[in-house]
Amino acid sequence: MADVKYTKEHEWVRVEGDIGTIGITDHAQEQLGDMVFIELPDVGKTVDQGDEIAVIESVKAASEVYAPIGGEVVEVNEALGDEPAKVNSDPMGEGWIFKIKIADSAQLDGLLDEAAYKELAEGDA
Amino acid sequence: MRYLPLSADDRGQMLAAIGVDSVDDLYRDVPAGGRLTSPIELPGHTGEIEVERALTSMAARNTPAGGAPSFLGGGIYRHFVPAAVDHLIQRGEFLTAYTPYQPEVSQGTLQYLFEFQTQVALLTGCDVANASMYDGATACAEAVIMAGRITKRKKAVVSGALHPHYAAVTATSTEFLGLELVTPNPDLTGEEDLSAMIGGDTACVVVQNPDFFGRVRDLTALADACHAQGALLVVVVTEIVALGLIKSPGEMGADIVAGEGQSLGNALNFGGPTVGLMATRQKFVRQLPGRLVGQTTDVDGQRGFVLTLSTREQHIRRDKATSNICTNSGLCALAFTIHLTMLGEVGLRKMAALNHAGAMRLAERLAGMAGVEVLNESFFNEFTVRLSKPASGVVDALAEKGVFAGVPVSRLLPDAEQLLLVAVTELNSDDDMDRLVNELEEALR
Amino acid sequence: MSAPETYTGNRGLQMEEPLIFEADSPGLCGVDFPDADITSDRLGGVKREGDIGLPGMAEPQVVRHYLRLSQKNYSIDAGFYPLGSCTMKHNPRLNEKLARLPGFAGLHPLQPETTTQGALELIDATAHWLSVLTGLPGVAMSPAAGAHGEFAGLMTIRAALEDRGDARKRVLVPESAHGTNPASAHACGYAVESIPANDRGRVDLDAFRAALDTDVAALMLTNPNTCGLFEDEIIEIAEAVHEAGAFFYCDGANFNAIVGRVRPGDLGIDCMHINLHKTFSTPHGGGGPGSGPVVLSEALTPYAPVPYVVRDGNRFRLIEDEGASDAKPFGRIKGFHGQFGVFVRALAYMMSLGADGLKQVAEDAVLNANYLMASLEDVLSAPFAGPCMHEVLFDDRFLADSGVSTLDFAKAMIDEGFHPMTMYFPLVVHGALLMEPTETESKAALDSFIGTVRSLAEKAKAGDAELFHEAPHLTPRRRLDETAAARKPVLRWLPPED
Repeated sequence: MADVKYTKEHEWVRVEGDIGTIGITDHAQEQLGDMVFIELPDVGKTVDQGDEIAVIESVKAASEVYAPIGGEVVEVNEALGDEPAKVNSDPMGEGWIFKIKIADSAQLDGLLDEAAYKELAEGDA
Repeated sequence: MRYLPLSADDRGQMLAAIGVDSVDDLYRDVPAGGRLTSPIELPGHTGEIEVERALTSMAARNTPAGGAPSFLGGGIYRHFVPAAVDHLIQRGEFLTAYTPYQPEVSQGTLQYLFEFQTQVALLTGCDVANASMYDGATACAEAVIMAGRITKRKKAVVSGALHPHYAAVTATSTEFLGLELVTPNPDLTGEEDLSAMIGGDTACVVVQNPDFFGRVRDLTALADACHAQGALLVVVVTEIVALGLIKSPGEMGADIVAGEGQSLGNALNFGGPTVGLMATRQKFVRQLPGRLVGQTTDVDGQRGFVLTLSTREQHIRRDKATSNICTNSGLCALAFTIHLTMLGEVGLRKMAALNHAGAMRLAERLAGMAGVEVLNESFFNEFTVRLSKPASGVVDALAEKGVFAGVPVSRLLPDAEQLLLVAVTELNSDDDMDRLVNELEEALR
Repeated sequence: MSAPETYTGNRGLQMEEPLIFEADSPGLCGVDFPDADITSDRLGGVKREGDIGLPGMAEPQVVRHYLRLSQKNYSIDAGFYPLGSCTMKHNPRLNEKLARLPGFAGLHPLQPETTTQGALELIDATAHWLSVLTGLPGVAMSPAAGAHGEFAGLMTIRAALEDRGDARKRVLVPESAHGTNPASAHACGYAVESIPANDRGRVDLDAFRAALDTDVAALMLTNPNTCGLFEDEIIEIAEAVHEAGAFFYCDGANFNAIVGRVRPGDLGIDCMHINLHKTFSTPHGGGGPGSGPVVLSEALTPYAPVPYVVRDGNRFRLIEDEGASDAKPFGRIKGFHGQFGVFVRALAYMMSLGADGLKQVAEDAVLNANYLMASLEDVLSAPFAGPCMHEVLFDDRFLADSGVSTLDFAKAMIDEGFHPMTMYFPLVVHGALLMEPTETESKAALDSFIGTVRSLAEKAKAGDAELFHEAPHLTPRRRLDETAAARKPVLRWLPPED
């Protein structure tokens, strides 16, 4: 079972080896409403933890996705170009947004675990 | 006061319902230092008769180009606008509606804007167009900013033959956005070669066609040169009627077209309001600033229209919006679209041909005159001549005699003393041209 | 009994209308021209070859098309338009008539100055009225709309600061501000810092003071603010701004509440844009054209953009060239000389009402809004205590547990013949409903609106949620699928594929 961590900005990151797969949480997609467009980052781009890396647009809002962890973007979910609704229907599965080759796995320690995130999201609602 | 429907009695009843003694109580949150202690020093209210008299007398102190033999152009053109256009745009349902944010009660505005977007896309040869900008100059500035966003590059090469107001607005608008503009001096003799200035850091090349001096050129090679370096070609069109007769910018490879639509449907209005046009490729649509109307269906499955992609706009994106533009030129866009619908394919082509034919006739006559040199090889309805005397003096002298000879280039480019821009439209008769030629002969003698 | 289906899809006076491209009669033309003989051309080898693709129609078809489209619109001419922050007031037709005088509409912007003295006088007179009404000496007339005015104002501030060698980096904007404020600050190269509101719907003075330092170029404040309230600590705010060496920018979108009664200059404001299409009644035109002149303090005036008009004895001059100016203009923001046609309308309006009438405008606008508040606060929920200024804000607490959202409620207004109020703005309260009646609504119109809102509020509380979810029922189109429109944007007509 891969290790999943969360951010206060409602991103999740699933770590497998040195690759982190990143998306937004179910709570976040629910708040944002129907997705209409995902602006994906360029593969090969290097980001620091906390950098703005993608933009998700719903009918009523546009918001930034921040890199939960620093490193190099190695893959993006091209399927979202045609079907942004996957972020709504399966935010932690087919609705993943991009993958990062993690530069410093110690950065993961500062992220939230599932219980802590759940608490945060409930306080939010 | 004729615009205020509350009677004294109404006001009394309403104050009682609110539970205050006077309207002053409703202003109690205004701090004492902010309250006026004496009446404002401006005249009191005035009847319709007096206001009309005062403004009519101000209007009478002008000599409008609209009513004289006029060869003025330089970005604003006098064309024939059919009577139906002004009749229709004055319908209260168009004139006094708000921005169509509530689509169920705005299908009229939304449908004509969808038709407008389609017409602009067809004319410019682009995939998509927005629902208008403030004017051509601001559209040009927004096009450069948009090219910077798309390419993530910071340099724009701007033609020296771009309308000087457009160049100035672009420079001002990009000053603090980290964009650098590079402009060669205007070159009236040869064909400006911008391709040598394009590099790997160039976001876009901005070129006007027909250019400020009236010249028309094929931009295909320039477009190729841009694309070879990953840069975009921005083409500016200040006389949209030209596209009835010349190849569209899109056909020549333009990535973004920024234009002025005043020529269709809109009066001269001393230069404003007018209607900015902006069109681009489908793949850049999410970077296109301004409002966009899209087609969709309602809950009953019937076709309808809505403002769309609004998350790019300032009311949602705030400081990350594609542009700070909110209000645009809705009613001027309506005038444009009605006029173009009146013209249709046949009418626009005929109108453009009349413009070009008139300009060719006048250019030929002027070329034969002593003290006048026609500088253009190519043109649509406007060309540049060099006079033997400073153009502004000649223009002023002719204006005294009721003829508007054109725009002295020095009004926009102070060093170009002897150059005169001369525009001819379908409204210029052969008599107008006779007057111009005769008066010019005398002024240059 | 429900109405029968019709063969045409028309519903009596409500007509279905195709796109012009679907009504194409190739070869038809609504304008007659003489034939143009161009056997040769001087088009530089780029003569158009193929068709453009524009449809053909004769004049009767064109007139009918647009007339039918017009009938699908709501308008202030037709009814009450209580859109908060938009100031949808009556647009006098005298103003339209005067803007069309050949001596104004037929003027070319590049005519010799001697032939446009009346137009320059009109610009000068309009600027004079705006200057006296606001108590600020300078006026930049060229901004094309409110947001353009914000840009012009901030660029002026930036130029003034840089001229004194004091480049600063941040602009403070309350979180209740119009979205254009942060967007404009960004366009001027400033970082934007948001200031929270206090529990009275005003700027939180402590948070503001904490954010203010010598790196702040300006505060951008809307007053009256977007919650419809007068910023009662505005003088303290202005003093703090000036102590920090910054400038006080006011978003003048809500000037209608105070015109003729309060001069922004007296409050310590340095710079304010005025939406002529709001306070001064020029038509909104379905989204423009607007006009957004900016009034400026003495310190800022030299940095105003070109062009501007100066009076020289009996003669008016237009300063168009930055180099020819003896001031220090920051640049140019628009082609030619601003929205002249809009100035004509605004001046005609100001002259019609005069100083006394404009004061009455503000007072009636504020009276109307407070009357709405007093008549509705028992059935709706107002987040902040009154008095309000020219608009009144409610939140969605009154809809709690009803299953009806702010959007549903507003859409139900449409079936009753009203334009919806502004929804979900400002962002500082939940499910906002912002109502601005303006001074041009009669008491009878307000009473009818009040009766409607009360009746709908009762229906919502009574659990009739279905009625609201389905609304509007009676419009040419019902609720439209905005998600589909945004996912796969169709932004133009394309010929059907064979």
